[in-house]
Amino acid sequence: MPTISVDKAALFKALEKEYTTEEFDELCFEFGIELDEDTSQSTKPEDKAQPPQLKIEIPANRYDMLCFEGIALNLRVFLEKQELPKWTLTPPKSGELETLTIKEETTKIRPLCSGVILRNIKFTQERYDSFISLQDKLHQNLARQRTLVSIGTHDLDTIKGPFTYEALPPEEIEFIPLNQTQKMNGKQLMEFYEKDKHLGRYLHIIRDSPVYPVIYDSNRTILSLPPIINGDHSKITLNTKNVLIEITALDKTKVEIVNHMLVAMFGGYAESIEPINIISPHNNESREAPDLSPREMQAEVDYLNQVTGLNLSTTGISKLLTRMGHTVAPAKADSKLLDVSVPISRADVLHQADIMEDLAIAYGFNKLPRFYPNKTAAVAAPLPINKLGDIVRFEAATAGWSEVMPLILCSHEENFEWLNRKDPGGLAVKLANPKTIEYQIVRTSLLPGLLKTINSNRHHAVPIKVFEVSDVAFIDHAQERKSRNERHFAAAIMGKTSGFEQVHGLLDRVMLMLRSVFITREDGLKKESLEGYWIEEVDDPTFLAGHAAAIKLKVADKTHVIGVFGILHPSVLHKFELQYPVSTLEINLEVFL
Amino acid sequence: MAGRQRGPVPVLEKQSRNLTQEVLDKLDTKEPLQTAEDFPDVSQQEIKAALDRLGSRSMVKYETKETEQVLLTEESEAIVQDGSHEFKVWEAAKQQGGIPVKGLKIEGRPDAWVKAGQGTAIRNKWIKKDGEKFVAVPDSVEDTVQEELKGIQETKSISDAKRLVDLKKRKLVTVGKVLAYSVTKGPSYAKEIPVEVTDLTADMLADGSWKEANFKPYNFNALGAQQNAGALHPLMKVRAEFRNIFFNQGFVEMPTGHFVDSGFWNFDALFVPQQHPARDMQDTFFISDPPKADRPRPDPDTEKQMDAMEAGSRKLFATDDKKETKPRNYEEYWDNIKKVHQEGAFGSIGYRYPWSEDETLRLVLRTHTTAVSTWVLHRLAEDPRPARYFSIDRVFRNETVDATHLAEFHQIEGVIADFGLTLGGLMKFLEDFFSKMGIENLRFKPAYNPYTEPSMEIFGYHVGLGKWVEIGNSGMFRPEMLEPMGLPKNMRVYGFGLSLERPTMIKYGVSNIRDLLGHKVDLNFIESNAAVRLDKN
Repeated sequence: MPTISVDKAALFKALEKEYTTEEFDELCFEFGIELDEDTSQSTKPEDKAQPPQLKIEIPANRYDMLCFEGIALNLRVFLEKQELPKWTLTPPKSGELETLTIKEETTKIRPLCSGVILRNIKFTQERYDSFISLQDKLHQNLARQRTLVSIGTHDLDTIKGPFTYEALPPEEIEFIPLNQTQKMNGKQLMEFYEKDKHLGRYLHIIRDSPVYPVIYDSNRTILSLPPIINGDHSKITLNTKNVLIEITALDKTKVEIVNHMLVAMFGGYAESIEPINIISPHNNESREAPDLSPREMQAEVDYLNQVTGLNLSTTGISKLLTRMGHTVAPAKADSKLLDVSVPISRADVLHQADIMEDLAIAYGFNKLPRFYPNKTAAVAAPLPINKLGDIVRFEAATAGWSEVMPLILCSHEENFEWLNRKDPGGLAVKLANPKTIEYQIVRTSLLPGLLKTINSNRHHAVPIKVFEVSDVAFIDHAQERKSRNERHFAAAIMGKTSGFEQVHGLLDRVMLMLRSVFITREDGLKKESLEGYWIEEVDDPTFLAGHAAAIKLKVADKTHVIGVFGILHPSVLHKFELQYPVSTLEINLEVFL
Repeated sequence: MAGRQRGPVPVLEKQSRNLTQEVLDKLDTKEPLQTAEDFPDVSQQEIKAALDRLGSRSMVKYETKETEQVLLTEESEAIVQDGSHEFKVWEAAKQQGGIPVKGLKIEGRPDAWVKAGQGTAIRNKWIKKDGEKFVAVPDSVEDTVQEELKGIQETKSISDAKRLVDLKKRKLVTVGKVLAYSVTKGPSYAKEIPVEVTDLTADMLADGSWKEANFKPYNFNALGAQQNAGALHPLMKVRAEFRNIFFNQGFVEMPTGHFVDSGFWNFDALFVPQQHPARDMQDTFFISDPPKADRPRPDPDTEKQMDAMEAGSRKLFATDDKKETKPRNYEEYWDNIKKVHQEGAFGSIGYRYPWSEDETLRLVLRTHTTAVSTWVLHRLAEDPRPARYFSIDRVFRNETVDATHLAEFHQIEGVIADFGLTLGGLMKFLEDFFSKMGIENLRFKPAYNPYTEPSMEIFGYHVGLGKWVEIGNSGMFRPEMLEPMGLPKNMRVYGFGLSLERPTMIKYGVSNIRDLLGHKVDLNFIESNAAVRLDKN
């Protein structure tokens, strides 16, 4: 969630009230934003050096509250200090709109462009800073680090339309970037900003493309190289009167949302909002931009009342929704419906469910009638594998072993090499983007976690006896999700002697509790109807030679190898840095379901 | 517990001096016995230990007497030894035929004492100034201070209270508390400690010797024997409590047995747009192998588990009317999801962006168990009816690890589906749910969550912290999530969730999540963690 810092005194002036921190916190809580910090209460030198700020967390879908203007406006409307303005377009006196022509080549890199002109805007330092900061916030959030949308703003009096939006090879684009003195072409610009902390991270969006997007005026002056940087020539200053905003994008919906937000937040400082004629015949995107008419939708009175548990009249609903910026009137055709005009600033409203939530917020979540209907009963049931797992957990603990909960993600080495196991490929689920090597795969065995836990507890008196009942995962192409979990039980003992007979005894105990009898291998193989388990010496490099056994279980005439136990090979102990002998046991519990 | 002793009372050790026997001997001739008089040279600790040994066997009884004693300081001990400072000054003046006005040194006496003694000697007219020197005046003096202190040393008391204050002020004496004991014979008094047996044995039962045996008393101040106990993990104990709360409310547990899920179930079906920040590489673990999920399709194994769990409720609520069920259509579900994102549908304008099939089939480690709730709700659309589901299982976030964040944690999730549910009903339900862990007074804050509308953060008042803390998230699932499944419009679904770790950390004052989950957890913490009763303490 974005956090916006606003000047405390200025905001309280805008809200026409000197709130205490607690009162303002309460207002935020009711409205659904969050006061993170009031720096007037801070003792940090950097906070004391500037006038008190309020740091406010904004929900990720409220793009209309990403600057001081938006927070002040929405709260004023909520507090009924004003109604939300109705933004309208004013064509220039000449009647001739500025035009921006989109060339077809732009489809190769960044096909969409929109824009607007703010005439006779009055900037102050605060407004100017807020204007820049809003663009930055929009770039970070809605525009996904400028990949989807990017904004350029220009002093219209330094350039001359008509404008063109083109896509050209980088070498052919030459200009002085914002706040630089040297002319450079597209290629040189990439090298120049390679190490730039701020801009370096956006270069990848176009760097390897054969053509770069670029906006020209009628004198071939470059306005900007989106989504990287504007030209120095047309930069805006505190004295700029007429601002041209151009917005390039990959996403049709978001380009207009961004346009709406800039107009709604800063249109109020301008004398008029002037549309631009966009000419883009090749993709049917020719139009006048922006369209500032509110979005008309309908909401059902019954639905609004039912879900909130209220019984409000249409007037009552209308009054409350006005506080959230909507204009509401009963539908002419149907008295059960409301016509709702959703303002351009409320891009988050998609469905009447959003109107219903706004109604609940305006009414006050905590004032809604809290009432749970006594009409349904339900029958509980545990998931069978969890019930089985719990049985094994309780038996292991009762037998004197302690339960541990290591992580499910681990490194490839821990899961394979350190246990002297080879990755056969196609067994373990591998992560594409881990932040550390600790998380490379989803474990296929519980042993690494147990051994790491013992390693972190070397200060504990021996013997250490630990167990875990939890899931491992395997690749399984037969499944929709190409993988499946398997519930395992594993235990490990570290002591002055190997503890081999201890894990063996724990196995016998758990088997007894699961109603599985011990049978000899010969009997198991001979008598078909006999059910039970037996163990067989096995050659397994995880374990000391001659001290490992496979556990075999016969159920319903089928023999399963359900696991293995043994004394860990000293090379395994060495990898996990364990100084005493360790014996382990691991079995698959799924067969007992 | 460190330092406390386990097991029975310590065995009587052979000492060079058998104090216990001496006490018994003395008591034979003198009762009551006063330790201060009869054993003046034995330390209080030693005599107390001997009396306790006898007392625990009822051989003696004793009363503790606390008395005050006036004790000499280092300075006054020096005075008792050699005389007062003024005496020493007079003596020096006499022996040396005069002493310098300043800088007189007397062996064994610090300068400050000498200086004070010189002042007193002048006041006493024991010395007087003669030119550059002090000379002795009388030939002999009576050192009353030394005499007085000698008396105090012998009697350890002063009768004159005013004088005591004066001496204390001059740091010549201190007053200390001394414990002494008045000892009488106990009911089992004997002249010797009888032979003792440590424990009742089978042999003693067999031969009847237990009747005459003299059992060594048990030390009731010590801990019992160490139990080689196993232990359940504290988080799993808290999980058990939450499971019980859910079971008591009739919730069916959801089949969460797959860590890997597709973008479809984890995001798209929940109306999370494909450009949502949660789907960033920074937040979600994507899978490189296996490469890609199948489109959603029937899953007979999981289906069977659900059928088995819901058999009870189907049986109980069965009626004679034949209910029509509408088999799930996965193709249609897929198309609905695509449409609701791309163009809008079911009364929603949608997000209006080109929906990518590749993106939805990407495999991820589930970021929430709500992915499973989605699957279960889609199943419910076959036969929409009131239902309650829950799960508690592991979820994964590609977080940078710190004191409050791990790449894995447990999500507790509850889902209630019913017709005509209200927002206030969810608040009421949650009030009841959280009251079972002792949290009363809930407040709800409007919040944003792509798949619930309204979305509410749940705040509870934490008495210990003295503030409102966020304890969970809740909301009603969006129509854009439910209606594409085929659920009827008037069926509403509550969803609420919290992590298992956070309430456990708050409840038990654990400040670092790594002390609770993962391989770095201290085994001693697991082994000594008390049973979990969320409704108590």
